[in-house]
Amino acid sequence: MLVFIVRRTLLMIPQLLLLSILIFFLAKQMPGDAVTGAFMGKPNVSAEQMEKIREQHGLNDPWIVQYGRWIGDAVRGDFGQSFVHKQPVTQLLAGRIENTIWLSVATLVVTYLIAIPLGMIAGRWTGSWADQFIVTYNYVSFATPVFVFALLMLYVFGFVLNWFPSGGSVDIRVEEGTAEYVWDKLKHLVLPVLSGSLLLTYSTVQYLRNEIIETKMKDFVKTARAKGVSENVVYHRHILRHSILPIAAFLGYEITGLIAGSVFIETIFSYPGLGRLFIDSIMTRDFTVVTALVLISGAAVIVGTMLSDIILRMVDPRIRLG
Amino acid sequence: MEDILLTIHKLRTSFQIHGKFYPAVDGISLTIQKNEVLAIVGESGCGKSALALSIMGLHPSDRTLVEGIIEFQGRNLLQLPIAELNQIRGKRLAMIFQDPMTALHPLMIVGRQIEEPMNVHLTLSTKEKKHRTLQLLERVGIQNNEQVYQQYPHELSGGMRQRVLIAMALACDPVLLIADEPTTALDVTIQAQILELMKDLQRQSQAGILLITHDLGVVAEMADRVAVMYAGEIVELAPVRELFYNPKHPYTRSLLQSLPSATGQKQKLHVIEGIVPAIEHLKRNGCRFASRIPWISNELHEGEPILHEIAADHFVRCRCHEHFYLPAERMGDESNASITAT
Amino acid sequence: MPLLQLHDVTVQFPEKGGFLKRTIPPRSVVDQVSFQIFQGEVYGLVGESGCGKSTTARAIMGLNSLANGQILFQGDDLYQMSRASRKLRMKDIQMIFQDPYSSLNPRKNVWNIIAEPLRNFESLSKEEELAKVQELVERVGLNAESIYQYPHQFSGGQRQRIGIARALALRPQLLIADEPVSALDVSVQAQVLNFMKDIQEEFDLTVLFISHDLGIVRHMCDRIGIMYKGRLVEEGTVEDIYERPSHLYTKRLVAAMPELNPEKRSEKVKQRRQINEQYELAADQFFDSSGRIIELRKISDTHRAALK
Repeated sequence: MLVFIVRRTLLMIPQLLLLSILIFFLAKQMPGDAVTGAFMGKPNVSAEQMEKIREQHGLNDPWIVQYGRWIGDAVRGDFGQSFVHKQPVTQLLAGRIENTIWLSVATLVVTYLIAIPLGMIAGRWTGSWADQFIVTYNYVSFATPVFVFALLMLYVFGFVLNWFPSGGSVDIRVEEGTAEYVWDKLKHLVLPVLSGSLLLTYSTVQYLRNEIIETKMKDFVKTARAKGVSENVVYHRHILRHSILPIAAFLGYEITGLIAGSVFIETIFSYPGLGRLFIDSIMTRDFTVVTALVLISGAAVIVGTMLSDIILRMVDPRIRLG
Repeated sequence: MEDILLTIHKLRTSFQIHGKFYPAVDGISLTIQKNEVLAIVGESGCGKSALALSIMGLHPSDRTLVEGIIEFQGRNLLQLPIAELNQIRGKRLAMIFQDPMTALHPLMIVGRQIEEPMNVHLTLSTKEKKHRTLQLLERVGIQNNEQVYQQYPHELSGGMRQRVLIAMALACDPVLLIADEPTTALDVTIQAQILELMKDLQRQSQAGILLITHDLGVVAEMADRVAVMYAGEIVELAPVRELFYNPKHPYTRSLLQSLPSATGQKQKLHVIEGIVPAIEHLKRNGCRFASRIPWISNELHEGEPILHEIAADHFVRCRCHEHFYLPAERMGDESNASITAT
Repeated sequence: MPLLQLHDVTVQFPEKGGFLKRTIPPRSVVDQVSFQIFQGEVYGLVGESGCGKSTTARAIMGLNSLANGQILFQGDDLYQMSRASRKLRMKDIQMIFQDPYSSLNPRKNVWNIIAEPLRNFESLSKEEELAKVQELVERVGLNAESIYQYPHQFSGGQRQRIGIARALALRPQLLIADEPVSALDVSVQAQVLNFMKDIQEEFDLTVLFISHDLGIVRHMCDRIGIMYKGRLVEEGTVEDIYERPSHLYTKRLVAAMPELNPEKRSEKVKQRRQINEQYELAADQFFDSSGRIIELRKISDTHRAALK
């Protein structure tokens, strides 16, 4: 198992390298560069001066040198300067990464808390009214665009009912480290997390329902019944254990969905995380930040796939030895 | 008659096809005694597996109709609420399944799977359960029982898995075992071992076995009595020796003739004309085998064929057997067994 | 000259290692197997699951690559030919499979199934093709109308006959039958076996018949090879194998055949026990120092066994 983890981790190196090269070139392809961005709206800087600055910052060096410098810095956690915010990108990301991780983890947990029971009910009592309701909910949630749903949530619970705060990640008046601070943070998470997870349940519910329907027919389920095991135990011990496998394996891949979702959610709820920063940076052509964010999310997806592979190995004894 | 374990009376098991119910098991009555191996033999689609699942109550209730009486130790299993049935299944009444590859849970270690019926039916400490499980594994001929206890099914060979399934069925000392094609998925040498093991265990425990199989060789080696099934009915029921030395029903005789000879005579094999009708197309009045022996004229069949006791404990359905001959016997050659398409 | 000759055929798994994986030492699934099949002969290859009999068949069909050895068909090495000439040669070798339910494409009708090999090798007009397909269908005992039907509309035995019709379409010299009846009921099995015998005689076909069922093999074959752990342990005529088995593994297989006479039950059990005991005591005699089954030794003109 350890050997596998090491080997699987090593496999990430070429993946990450490829990703970074791709991003580097895409960034270079974008119109304008850091210098044009920095002096945007300052017509008093002449073209010659800009060219001089380029030369100073090595922006005219061959691509391999530039790439080497960029990736070397990135590995050390230095993504350069944000030209809009006038501060190092790393500093800009610091607090936001934490917020986004909070949001993502909470969304994932809530998604599973909702989806697994729903999938189990729908799979066990196929055709019942509960199943029909769940399937309908599932189709609706699949078809609803996240921004429409999030706006609706914001309007109903944030403005009309005023149950939850409608923006930000924490009230600035509460003191960090207190219980009140944590409580407030959680309160700020409720709406964005619910908006995200109520829509993200789709694939999990669908998968689990199908898996349970399929597993129900398996011979080993008959064996379990023939032992005199009660129906609840048959479902919880035998069927669920088998059906949950693909869900567990999918955990890593869910990260991809989360990243995409966070862009909308954070923007709508003005939640200070990476997603919102991403949109803001694109709007202001803050390319150093954009590149850093694309690199981070790309790396997150790669790590997610690796996690999936490792989890699958851990939960399924049949592929433990390879 | 205290030794009777199971009495099946007019059992009819129907499956739903396109909204209508069609019987796959059609009015079967049987008894199994203590210390007896009763074999049910027939080809696929004859209803033998449906019979086994009916006894165990394993048919999905929404698509299957099970009528009649299945009396096990004085109680009609078909009338029992599921909770009470669960107190019997896996304890007094256990089942060995056909395919050891799929009948074990792939994600549970073998030991836990054998212990499961003990969790349900016995009150044992964890240590006692493990001890008993190891003993069971030893009884079914697994020497490295400590190791196998910890293994997953995919780590074992087919023969080993079948032994595990047997150990599991024996976990709570059943008095009646239902074995559905227990050796069909196994190699010949392993099959011979498993059959011998089952026979030994049965002798020790005096349990009854209902052995479902399509293989007449397995029947000859294992059974005390044999019921031959065709199209949902028992067509012949006899002690094993009687069945092989003095088969009566046209179907039984045809089946025996269609086996490659063990003595190595390479004559043409007998071919039964036509095919087994699907249950939704089956004509349920008259002799069900009549259409496959068209050279026997209709008057020789009974209108409502019943089982006749033609010798002690030897029952045959329909009178047609009195006039039946295999084409090869009458013609003096074997070439009549032609292939006909439907 | 034999129609088919196998010389030291060796097939190894895995054939190559994956990316960044430790190279697992390859295991010989078929280990230096040699035998010959003559024109018009039915050769039975027998053994238990995992013995390498199906892999041998796949190697003859060119579906596995050889790690070592040669396969000669009519004297020409199938693995030394150019791709094109080998493809042309393979039309003389056809195969029928174990499972009639999954070996036919469910979305094609019988006409298209049977015509497929014809289209690959012969350019016939539509009328010629139809005539040929109809002839084949009738030859395997199905009615001519059935060419417009789909596999699911047939019973198992009929499907197997469709598979045989497809294999016969190109008038092959060698037919490889991999467990052709083991998925079928006894009465259907009889039908297919009779039929295979008929066409074998009619077309003077050479057949490699692979099976685990010694009863069927005895009924169908002229000569038999017994495989065990990737090696041939005994080879001989039907009489050699069933009347005078030499290798204990063969004896064990023959003894394990179910006995149809209930009277002989205890006798059979005793015999099996005896052979198993002998087998366990003598096991090391059949293996060399590295644990490999030893070479075949000639016992008579027709009979060879892996004995010292």
